[in-house]
Amino acid sequence: MSNKLIQIGRRLAQALPSVFGVIVISFVLTRALPGDPAVYFAGDMADKDSIEQVRQSLGLDKSWAEQFTIYVRNLINGDWGTSLSTGRSVTEELLTRLPASLELTLIALGLAILAALPLGVLAATRPNSWVDHLCRVMVTAGVSLPTFFTGLFLVYIFYYFLGWSPSPLGRLSIVYLSPPHVTGFYTIDSLLAGDQETFVASIAQLILPAATLGLFALAPIARMTRAAMLGALASDFIRTARANGLSNRVVLVTYAFRNAALPVLTTLGMVFSFLLGANVLVEKVFSWPGIGSFAIQALVASDYAAVQGFVLAMALLFVCVNLFIDVLLTMVDPRVGLDE
Amino acid sequence: MERHLKHFCYVMGENPVTVFAFSLFALIVFFALFGPWIAPYDPLATNVANALQSPSWHHLFGTDQLGRDVFSRVIAATRLDLGIATSAVALSFLFGCALGCSAGFWGGWIDRLIGRFSDTIMAFPLFVLAMGIVAAMGNTVENIIYATAIINLPFYARVARAETSVRRQAGYVHAARLCGSGNIRILATQIFPNILPPMMVQVSLNMGWAILNAAGLSFIGLGVRPPDAEWGIMVAEGANYIISGEWWLAIFPGLALMLAVFCFNLLGDGLRDLVDPQRRT
Amino acid sequence: MNPAPFLDIKQLSVEFQTRNGVIRAIEDVTLQLAKGEVLGIVGESGSGKSVTAYSVIGLLDNAGSPVSGSATFDGIPVTGASESTLRDLRGREISMIFQNPRAALNPIRPVGLQIQDVLLRHGLAAPQTAKAKAIEMLGKVKIVNPERRFGSYPYELSGGMCQRVGIAIALSCDPRLLIADEPTTGLDVTTQKATMDLIRALTEERHMAVVLITHDLGMAAKYCDRVVVMEKGRVVETARIEALFSDPQHSYTKKLIAASPGPCSTLAELAPGDEARSFSSVAPSSHSEETAVGRKNVLEVVSLVKEFPLPRTIGSLLPWTRNSEEASTFRAVDDISFELKRGESLGLVGESGCGKSTTSTIITRLMDPTSGDVIFDGQNITTYPAETFAQRPERQKIQMVFQDPTDCLNPRYSAHDCIAEPLKRLRGLRNRSEIRSKVETLAKRVGLPVDLLDRFPHQLSGGQKARVGIARAIAVDPLLLVLDEPTSALDVSVQAVVLQLLDRLKREFGMSYIFVSHDLNVVRLLCERVIVMDRGRIVESGLAEDVFRRPSDPYTQRLIEAIPHFEPIGSGRPEAEG
Repeated sequence: MSNKLIQIGRRLAQALPSVFGVIVISFVLTRALPGDPAVYFAGDMADKDSIEQVRQSLGLDKSWAEQFTIYVRNLINGDWGTSLSTGRSVTEELLTRLPASLELTLIALGLAILAALPLGVLAATRPNSWVDHLCRVMVTAGVSLPTFFTGLFLVYIFYYFLGWSPSPLGRLSIVYLSPPHVTGFYTIDSLLAGDQETFVASIAQLILPAATLGLFALAPIARMTRAAMLGALASDFIRTARANGLSNRVVLVTYAFRNAALPVLTTLGMVFSFLLGANVLVEKVFSWPGIGSFAIQALVASDYAAVQGFVLAMALLFVCVNLFIDVLLTMVDPRVGLDE
Repeated sequence: MERHLKHFCYVMGENPVTVFAFSLFALIVFFALFGPWIAPYDPLATNVANALQSPSWHHLFGTDQLGRDVFSRVIAATRLDLGIATSAVALSFLFGCALGCSAGFWGGWIDRLIGRFSDTIMAFPLFVLAMGIVAAMGNTVENIIYATAIINLPFYARVARAETSVRRQAGYVHAARLCGSGNIRILATQIFPNILPPMMVQVSLNMGWAILNAAGLSFIGLGVRPPDAEWGIMVAEGANYIISGEWWLAIFPGLALMLAVFCFNLLGDGLRDLVDPQRRT
Repeated sequence: MNPAPFLDIKQLSVEFQTRNGVIRAIEDVTLQLAKGEVLGIVGESGSGKSVTAYSVIGLLDNAGSPVSGSATFDGIPVTGASESTLRDLRGREISMIFQNPRAALNPIRPVGLQIQDVLLRHGLAAPQTAKAKAIEMLGKVKIVNPERRFGSYPYELSGGMCQRVGIAIALSCDPRLLIADEPTTGLDVTTQKATMDLIRALTEERHMAVVLITHDLGMAAKYCDRVVVMEKGRVVETARIEALFSDPQHSYTKKLIAASPGPCSTLAELAPGDEARSFSSVAPSSHSEETAVGRKNVLEVVSLVKEFPLPRTIGSLLPWTRNSEEASTFRAVDDISFELKRGESLGLVGESGCGKSTTSTIITRLMDPTSGDVIFDGQNITTYPAETFAQRPERQKIQMVFQDPTDCLNPRYSAHDCIAEPLKRLRGLRNRSEIRSKVETLAKRVGLPVDLLDRFPHQLSGGQKARVGIARAIAVDPLLLVLDEPTSALDVSVQAVVLQLLDRLKREFGMSYIFVSHDLNVVRLLCERVIVMDRGRIVESGLAEDVFRRPSDPYTQRLIEAIPHFEPIGSGRPEAEG
């Protein structure tokens, strides 16, 4: 067990250079603007004095090393700049909007996993059956679908054509009030408040965007599950298990699937990265008030502090998710740490 | 040469889907090259009186909110989208391969340095990083290409590194050393010809992703500006009209986009069968 | 005493669906096994021995199916039986152990649990007692500290231990038939003997019938009662061991027996006859004259040392957990010295990890030593780092033949291009027709048909690829040829021919050989002197015949005893030795 703890500690330590690298690149991006950064950060309305003020506070007249130190110090203090379009601090904006994005992404990921795992496993255990063909078609089509297009298409079919879905304009129809804030997740909060109607309404609004994102995540997960299961089933140790008469269930679950789960877990990290990107597109299509749509507004308004804050936030979130998956892998796979 | 042709025909015969992919690919390239001359109408010509016409014989894909023919715009967009994706993939392939091969062959600090660089880029959700890069460098089509190339670099570096380092210890590399070949010659004549086929497979699969990426960026308003015809921006403009039922503005460019990406993915799978039959999925 | 055969295979044929059409893997195979008997199935690659075994246990690949004939186990038909019947039989009545023992175990499951799974499946233990029984099995296969090893993972165990676990799993439910599919492949020679002895002890104790599949006639002679010889999917001969070796009937059997190197065989006996004609008469090269006159040293190795840094564990980094005795480097080659005269062949023998491959890599200057000198033809070649040696004129005088004939040829180069490479690089030849004619001459010298020169490696057989590798190595007339286990990946009959070829080339060209191998029998055939290495040190050296007949070092003695072989035909005592 102590070896495991050492490995976990190692993983945590390895995340630090990633965080550092992310901050460095973030810093470079804020300074890579063509022209005078101070002008950009001060905004269109600024006059000479406020530009100078911005220049002072960001230390833009100092050396690179000093600028970087100021930048990092500001980050740690929570000063990520002010959003020009809303006037509030960037951290405030991000934090208020984060739960909306997280709710959407997590539910989408959950749906994708629930659908993809069985599909991949069945496709691998019944090669050349209809399930296998279905899986292969869904995977190839799935990685070809542009997320924004799927979203629009679903809106057209289910809202306009069939009339089943509510209007794709945000998290909750205007009729309802948002539930009292506990986690920021409307679904959980409304359940906690005992408000059934709001719960159903929030789910109704969630279905289409979550399905869109989920479809996007389904393809790579199903593909990897199928490939990993096929690989595991073709291994020598499965042949040994079968040669010793072990039952189908034991061979599939205890021997094959557990081994296949490892590369699938690794894929989940990559999928999460794509999901964070696709999130932006889906939030635009469904007018979902999360950090993605905030970033788009900021882009249009040339609100650089907000955009860079968004990029940094997403990167840090991703580093955390990867770390979590790494630690999970370390605990599950006894061979981790062998070749180091 | 005959051997290659025979193998090619065999794989084609085995897999009609690959034939379909190749034909589709040929069609897309044709439209990209000759689009402006084939399109029935000028993609930029507006005709407000004729706006929002549903698909008909005159306008196969209907007209948009400014009366422009959607069919012509979709064809014209082929050139722009393919151009962006090809340039970005070419750039990242060149640099990624060079870095990856060096890392895989020499190992040591070169490997660690390139690995760090590559890991740092991959620490960002890639689409988000592209947004940040375009925001920082300026909102132009060239910057879309550079941004896509940068976020795509680690992918090629990683594949090239893996393929190179597997072959670095092969017996024929040692034999080449015994024949007096130096490192550079070994990389060029022994290793590179062997990694090229799997890299080509990756290029094809990657093209699809690059097209999606470029379209996604223009969907949120980066890079391509109206009135230029590009699939992503056409879908974005058409999105407003879909809830009121004018579906053709967004659906046709979206379908074209999907078809192009689908074609490259199928092509990649077919190429993989051609190159390394054991790795069929 | 004529009991119904325990295992009865009658005219079994199996076909496989492949991309290139339907292939008949085995044709009309008939064999019987009595209870408690040990039957060996011997054959080279492609003989169908494994397919026969897999048909018995019903584990043919999806692509393979029995087409005609039948296999019956103790009256129960196995071909055409339902999957559930077969699943009940497997592990309980019929068990199997495989090659590559570590790959045959689930890498993320403790080995004890893998034994337990089988016990629970066949109802031979209740959940409460299963663990104890599993530990007991581990003890029976002579694994030290079985309670602790219950929770070990395969990667923590050596190859030999993994195979013992495989045996434990197979025997846990006391089956009546054990099928062993080349169970010693990939194991060290001494480990091989230990494993086979264990299998024999356990199966005799339980009166089990055993089917032993092997390519090694010596092993069959030592451990089997009867032998079935297979060639290209057909049974060629079936006999009791004594009868097979004293009076083989089929020509293939005779060929196989002749080609298996034993303590008394000579090179000429290995593959009588057919190779002589494919060699053109070639004028012997310049070196061979010198061998007659007083022999100088072509190679001197002086105090050679090679250390590899060990990967640093966390424990070694933290000061309070650092173990001061733990080494930070691993000495692969620990201060060895030897000489080689012009025209002489020296064998370098030892098990895996003894440092012989590292030594040969340093001598060919593909790697730098940590300290020590290699003096080649009077010149100290270790003064030049390995990186720059390619440009030295000495490069062409030292060449190498590699172990894996497939891996050492660039898959994108034709045979002609592979052989032409040293001519282009080291001799600077540019003229295409000149290169072509030289390559053809070399091909004829090594017995490679000229029309195969334009083929690619995947279109050539193992023996043909080996010849290409040899032709490439001798292309620039080297003084010293280092051969790193050049025949260990080849079938026995092909090995015989290649060894004869190497011997003839040595005499024609006057080359000196360093022959690295783990097989003393093979080394004895080709080399005058031999050096035995163990853990980086030379434990014995001398004339090959002397070392073989009267080994002085205990390690050498163990090595020789571990190699199973048989006495040749007509020696008066047709029984197994070793």
